[in-house]
Amino acid sequence: MYTMSAITHPLPNRRARSSKLLGSRFVDLLVGPHGIDRYLELVRPTMTVRDARAEVVAVRRQTPRSVTLTLRPNTAFKGFRAGQFVRVGLEIDGVRRTRTYSPASSQHATDELELTITVHPDGLVSRHLQAGAAPNAVVHLGDAAGDFVLPSERPDRLLLISGGSGITPVMSMLRTLRDEGYDNEIAFLHYARTAADWLYRAEVEAMPRVRATFVATREGGGHIDASALAEHEGAHAAVCGPPALLDAVRAGWDGPLLTETFTAPSVTVTGAAAQGTVRFLRTGREAPISEGTLLEQIEAAGLSPEFGCRMGICHTCTCRKIAGAVRDIRTGEVFDEEDEDIQLCVSVPAGDVALEI
Amino acid sequence: MTHLTDQQTEALGRELDELRNRVIADLGERDVRYIRNVIKAQRGLEISGRALLEFGFLPPAWVGGVAALSLSKILDNMEIGHNVMHGQYDWTRDPGLDSKRFEWDTACPGDQWRHSHNYMHHTHTNVLGKDRDIGYGVLRMSEDQPWRKRDLGNPLHAALLAALFEWGVAVHDLEVERIEAGEITLSDKRDILQAIWRKGRRQVLKDYVAFPLLAGPGAPFTFAGNLSANLIRNVWSYMIIFCGHFPAGVEEFSEQEVEHESRGGWYLRQMLGSANLTGSRLFHILSGNLSHQIEHHLFPDIPAHRYAEIAVEVREICERYGLPYNTGPLSTQFGSVVRKIFRLALPPREGRSREPAATEPEPLALAA
Repeated sequence: MYTMSAITHPLPNRRARSSKLLGSRFVDLLVGPHGIDRYLELVRPTMTVRDARAEVVAVRRQTPRSVTLTLRPNTAFKGFRAGQFVRVGLEIDGVRRTRTYSPASSQHATDELELTITVHPDGLVSRHLQAGAAPNAVVHLGDAAGDFVLPSERPDRLLLISGGSGITPVMSMLRTLRDEGYDNEIAFLHYARTAADWLYRAEVEAMPRVRATFVATREGGGHIDASALAEHEGAHAAVCGPPALLDAVRAGWDGPLLTETFTAPSVTVTGAAAQGTVRFLRTGREAPISEGTLLEQIEAAGLSPEFGCRMGICHTCTCRKIAGAVRDIRTGEVFDEEDEDIQLCVSVPAGDVALEI
Repeated sequence: MTHLTDQQTEALGRELDELRNRVIADLGERDVRYIRNVIKAQRGLEISGRALLEFGFLPPAWVGGVAALSLSKILDNMEIGHNVMHGQYDWTRDPGLDSKRFEWDTACPGDQWRHSHNYMHHTHTNVLGKDRDIGYGVLRMSEDQPWRKRDLGNPLHAALLAALFEWGVAVHDLEVERIEAGEITLSDKRDILQAIWRKGRRQVLKDYVAFPLLAGPGAPFTFAGNLSANLIRNVWSYMIIFCGHFPAGVEEFSEQEVEHESRGGWYLRQMLGSANLTGSRLFHILSGNLSHQIEHHLFPDIPAHRYAEIAVEVREICERYGLPYNTGPLSTQFGSVVRKIFRLALPPREGRSREPAATEPEPLALAA
């Protein structure tokens, strides 16, 4: 029986002590109101004790459509469990862009975090990384999250399935199990468009207990079907990939199943008279898009957000938009990224919007 | 308010909106690099100032320490704090440059400043009865404020406010003049008072207890050095801020005048209600670019280091519309503020001319 080891960073004592001293209340008073990290980061950007950051130590390009980064996280990063995702922020032309990636490295490799990013033709961050990622760059890390994790009592039989870029959390599971000395056989099925897109093939095929099958769906390999699953009956299955792959597995599998999908949130930007719903996540309410600015619509829905000038100058009504698209009525600019701050009094919905109110 | 017709005012507003959009679209790497360099300089000055003052018993270390710490506090409060808290760098999505989270090295809690300054002052700029920056509730800074006997102390009150400016700013949101008038009571302001206490206590403990204690027997020198640095920052920021709206020629407005104000009208009021300071690049940085008060009031959330570039266009627009562009060196502008403080200490006399009229350039013919 295999038990997952606790997620701890075995810090060398000296570092632990210095982190503790730097985080003490007296030091906090001396470095107030900015906090210790605002000074440490000037020595080295990853020296921060509260802000989780990582330095890029290696960059490789396994396939034409991907880039693999090896990161060295600082001590503020609390680790992750194989299969989880981490929010990663990096600065492009002065703006911090945040994206969510599932690390591909083992959860036990605490001084290393590997990200493999598949490049999308219109992806700002992925194209930037593919073209310009280089060692010494610094990225910002959020806390790990997600339920796509194996039971801590590792199952006796495992079937892992991935499609395209969905291989990364599954790769993390394979490497984690290897580090734990898991010695039952693991079946692994991977589907990608072409053989040129197969990630991690050599490493997986070299793992002694892994029976791997790599399929190129556009080169005659075909898609997953019930027959491919039948022989694994009785195993614990985990699948990560596009919705169609998940649907196909769900249709042909009735054992224990973990799923995860990577679809980019689809933002529909509609015309001037936008249709859709404004959701208020904190209060759990929602309202159909109506007349006026977002601030007016929120007030009409019976909520009372903070506001000041109502003309876009004082930033009192600035609010976090979790998802969706809004238009700035002064400039016409559309803001459609996840997790960005908007000014409610000069924004109108440009489609469905979810706000942290 | 001016000779401009409504259509001309709207055209002025469109021109300024267009200028704003152009700068917003151009924001990027360069602006982030600039503010991070200023932050780096400030933190460097802060650390060296604090370190030197730990050896404050040596006179050169004391003088150097006071100079470095004063500069650090001036940069922290003005070019960094004031500007970041305006939302000038919110577009970077860097939590360290986020207007809602930023906290500065002064007694006033950031949240209260954001309300009293970003909203109250910048929305109601120079509107008598609404803009509480006119005299900060303690000084008589306008002919239209009724004279009271205690205004005889105007120059003395002004000097005290300058020396204690960080505390004057800290209690700004308490609205002492309304408490005095019986409109509200102190208990209405309990949360505000508690926040001031929490922030102010930490500031006092840091400058006057913790750092002096670290100096051991040299504590009195460290204490005196920190006190001097705070005093220098207080007087400097007071001078710069009072030059923003009180020099001769700057207009004030009544609540009736701004009742149905258009966006163009709001822009116009910002231009007529603000005054600039001329000086070197270093002077502009140390003033937090509030030396470009006119540009700052037109575009409070555009990174302040851009104001010098924008000023060229704003000035040209002013000339074209026949509007005054009030600017001058610190000595002239502050001299004019000091004269006003003294003049308004006395009750208005019948027949005496009010403030000397500003020289307005001849309006050019404008296509309406």
